[in-house]
Amino acid sequence: MNPPPPVANDYQLSQLDALEAESIFIFREVVAELEKPVLLFSGGKDSIVMLRLAEKAFWPARIPFPVMHVDTGHNFPEVLEFRDRRVRELKVQLIVASVQEAIDNGSVVEPPDGTRNRIQTPVLLDALAKHRFTAVFGGARRDEDKARAKERIFSFRDEFGQWDPKNQRPELWNAYNGQIHVGESIRVFPLSNWTELDIWSYIAREEIALPALYFAHDREVVERDGMLFGANEFFRPRDGEATSVQRVRYRTVGDASLTAAVPSDADTVEKVIEEVATTRITERGATRGDDKFSEAAMEDRKREGYF
Amino acid sequence: MDILRFATAGSVDDGKSTLIGRLLYDTKTVFQDQMDSVERTSRDRGEEHVNLALLTDGLRAEREQGITIDVAYRYFSTPRRKFIIADTPGHVQYTRNMVTGASTADLALVLVDARKGIVEQSRRHAFLATLLQVPHIVLCVNKMDLVDYSEEVFDEIHAEFVSFAAKLRVPDLTVLPVSALHGDNVVTRSAKMPWFDGPSLLHHLETVHVASDRNLIDVRFPVQYVIRPQSDDWHDYRGYAGQIAGGVLRRGDEVMALPSGFTSRIKSIETADGELEEAFAPMSVTVRLEDQIDISRGDMLCRPTNRPVVAQDVDAMICWMDESAPLQVGRKYAIKHTTRSARTIIRDLSYRLDVNTLHRDEDAQELRLNEIGRVKLRTTAPLMCDEYSRNRTTGGFVLIDEGTHRTVAAGMIGEAS
Repeated sequence: MNPPPPVANDYQLSQLDALEAESIFIFREVVAELEKPVLLFSGGKDSIVMLRLAEKAFWPARIPFPVMHVDTGHNFPEVLEFRDRRVRELKVQLIVASVQEAIDNGSVVEPPDGTRNRIQTPVLLDALAKHRFTAVFGGARRDEDKARAKERIFSFRDEFGQWDPKNQRPELWNAYNGQIHVGESIRVFPLSNWTELDIWSYIAREEIALPALYFAHDREVVERDGMLFGANEFFRPRDGEATSVQRVRYRTVGDASLTAAVPSDADTVEKVIEEVATTRITERGATRGDDKFSEAAMEDRKREGYF
Repeated sequence: MDILRFATAGSVDDGKSTLIGRLLYDTKTVFQDQMDSVERTSRDRGEEHVNLALLTDGLRAEREQGITIDVAYRYFSTPRRKFIIADTPGHVQYTRNMVTGASTADLALVLVDARKGIVEQSRRHAFLATLLQVPHIVLCVNKMDLVDYSEEVFDEIHAEFVSFAAKLRVPDLTVLPVSALHGDNVVTRSAKMPWFDGPSLLHHLETVHVASDRNLIDVRFPVQYVIRPQSDDWHDYRGYAGQIAGGVLRRGDEVMALPSGFTSRIKSIETADGELEEAFAPMSVTVRLEDQIDISRGDMLCRPTNRPVVAQDVDAMICWMDESAPLQVGRKYAIKHTTRSARTIIRDLSYRLDVNTLHRDEDAQELRLNEIGRVKLRTTAPLMCDEYSRNRTTGGFVLIDEGTHRTVAAGMIGEAS
């Protein structure tokens, strides 16, 4: 890894070092106190940073928990390839919870519009129950959404995986309460206090590899609802919609049928940092069709058991 | 660049959410899509101004009722600092959330309405901030626009607060006149208050010195997790991982493990990025010792000449946070203190404190939701503790109901014996 960070003689931690120290503490606390943790890994930038932090927290031992991907079946192929390579390098076990399989066996019904974000939740909850995971690491950040800004770092979920925003456990200092009854679980968010810019600054500092989608490239896109969607097998232009080739990059790499690209020339980490530092649109506002349904879309999904 | 964590407090309608909205807006932290949504909602509701409070009230119930229910965390940066705001509710029934937000804050921002002056809630919030030992307090006298930016009004409130604060331990107090609605003295100095020669709120937040608030004197390393790879490459590796709660660790230092009392020397301080000569609070590191001594999670490393108190009998201030049942003398709870978990019995409630008058009720038999009192605890295992005023990490703990698993109280250790 990198050369050791220089220790400043005024005993002052930089912003990134302070965030890293806090996240590492959280990872260790969960593994020490909760029986069966799992980390949700999508191949996106936040979960890639999570894996780096987990690697650091337990070094020189291996990461002591498996990772799980809730696969909507609408993934960018580059992201799946990246996911599999990273998991092999770290020698962690990968569990795939497949939305397609759940549709095929009838346990969930695909919505008429073909979007699968909402039906991820029951698939996630079933997989957590099947493997009896008691703690689930997620890469959600509080700066992403107003509902996420309200959530604790250790977020208690009942036996249905539900979040009750009005009845959260108080969370003081770094004394996290991980006590649960059988069937209940804790969602843990080590990146709570990170912002999108912190994530990119850390990626730059740690020289973390990312799927190429995050950097500017030419892509065939369709403009819909003011957003640029990549034309692919999961996102087809409708009648009357024209496609064009534009220079774009992805700020998030979720479900390919729902995640839009942004026009960008940023083809290096440094240029992305510059872009993120000056953008006037939030990450989710620019890229997620699914959060636009209502003011409380995220809150409602989280109540059901989403992240 | 460093981080400043601050908590906001103020009673309902003092304009707290508006002030935060203003800070975010004027530092260009608010994004266009968020602003569009707030403008749309304000217009739909027929409001006269764009309601900046809508930027921060994130829950459905909060927007419906126009109040803040739970702590929300917000982020913004200037070229000088990153800021983490714990936006805490003002309502009496959410005092526990104020305590939650203040527990990690370097600075507390207490808002008052210039027309109303210091009210009960202002006193409560100032008291809670000092109870939680937030090192810096800023009193923002808001809505100055509604009192014609009057210097007399500001001076009066200033004087009243200073005389109240004299009863509390306030290490650093700053009083500022602002108008969150119009942005006076929030980010930029206001031309409407030429009589005020202090800084704008943002300037103060950017420059207040917090580095020396950490305890870098008393070495405290609660062992969080023992790293034993048991792989061929690292066959005999045994490292003690944790986040340094106080002081500076150096390679070669003599250390004592508590509660056992065994001593050894630091062989190395390690991170995944390499070895360090020294490490300080709040770094997360792994320590290896020269001798094989039995140390596990919940133990603590310190210097043999500077030890925390090792005690099973502890005196503490408690803030009760559970609505379903009050704190009862004689009941047992789980306690989590640093990385150590044990059980505890409440042996005595010395007094309940009225946070408005600071009166001590020594006849009190229980503490209900949001009440604060002094208790004597006995724990099943020794805790390695410092007074909370000396170290918030080794001086703070939570109580957990053994049946419901709810976090029912926050505790701050006084003298341990």
